[in-house]
Amino acid sequence: MASEAELTPTSYIKHHLTYLEAQVSEGSFWVLHVDTLITSIILGIISLGFIWLVVRRATSGVPTKSQAFVELAVEFIDNEVKNTFHGNRHVLVAPMALTIFVWVLMMNAMDILPIDIMAWITENIFGVHNWKIVPTTDVNTTFALALSIWFLMIFFNVKVKGMGGWMYELFCTPFGKNPLLWILNLLFNFIEYVSKPLSHSLRLFGNIYAGEIIFLLLGMWAATGISGTIFGAILGAGWAIFHILIVTLQAFIFMMLTVVYISMAHESH
Amino acid sequence: MNINFTLISQAIAFSVFIWFTVKFVWPPLLRAIEERQKNIADGLAAGERGRHELELASQRSAEVLKEAKHLASEIVSQAEKRSTEIVEEAKKTAKEESDRIIAGAKAEVQHEMFSAKEALRQYAAQLAIAGATKILRREIDAKVHADILVSIEEDLR
Repeated sequence: MASEAELTPTSYIKHHLTYLEAQVSEGSFWVLHVDTLITSIILGIISLGFIWLVVRRATSGVPTKSQAFVELAVEFIDNEVKNTFHGNRHVLVAPMALTIFVWVLMMNAMDILPIDIMAWITENIFGVHNWKIVPTTDVNTTFALALSIWFLMIFFNVKVKGMGGWMYELFCTPFGKNPLLWILNLLFNFIEYVSKPLSHSLRLFGNIYAGEIIFLLLGMWAATGISGTIFGAILGAGWAIFHILIVTLQAFIFMMLTVVYISMAHESH
Repeated sequence: MNINFTLISQAIAFSVFIWFTVKFVWPPLLRAIEERQKNIADGLAAGERGRHELELASQRSAEVLKEAKHLASEIVSQAEKRSTEIVEEAKKTAKEESDRIIAGAKAEVQHEMFSAKEALRQYAAQLAIAGATKILRREIDAKVHADILVSIEEDLR
């Protein structure tokens, strides 16, 4: 737990929600959340590296247990992509969906690790104060993913339909190509284009952030004594079990929305 | 909860991970899975082919069996016919043989009878001559009646 002089619920929660910041340059934008970045990169390297190690020795014969596990995940994702996306999915979309699912799942899953034990470990073993271990509770992470996908979406819109085709779609759909409706169409499409990355990123962020807050609130039961600690532990266990579902579901939803957005960019109205 | 440089760094990390997956993770696994799918499809096709061949073979074997049965019954009937023929032939030869033997025996018996009769007749003639000679010895001179005696002897013989 934190080593502040005064331990109040506010300071406890605040402590757990503080990032390890590094000033890259002048200005409030040029701040880097080192904990978010390094944790997410380590998680990505662990998960994708594991898959890579398995895949490197992949045989077409009888698969090993780890290969069967990886194949299960990959075929599950490949199926989902195949049902939604009708281009050549092996070039980008399916591998990207795999990356997103695995990576986001790993980052979300950090939420299940007991928050105070992890804080103790980072503080007393690695010697860093304030280390948030759940990268997806950082809105920067979710926005980074959603905006990358948003740019990809625009890229594919232009690539598949051409600049003219995309402009036509912006101005002439969904209500019709009457010049009177152009402004309305554009407004409608504008709202859609703005809402897509917002809902995409904030859904993931909100779910995981709320989960973390609830873990923190449950953790505060420990302040009320032994019985409160036990009660809080039971509730925390229940919430963690339920959180397994949320963590997986949110990773899956994030992946599916990505696939849907990219495939919508490939299809004209 | 403010937007800052972390966003850009995370986006870079994200794109690197996507690149890594596209480049190194996806293709080999896809290849392995597709190859296995092909192997399985091939195996299923081979199984189907094998079953078809088995069907053909069993059909052929049934045909061969039927033909063999037919042939066997033909052979058996032929053999039966031949055996009856042989029996008939044997009977015929046996009958011929027995007839010949019987005929030979009959001829022998005739011959025996004939020679016995001859001997008997000669013996009776000799007895008659001897009797006549005893009777005639008193009255007839052998030298005088020699021609008569000879003619009697001739007759008796």
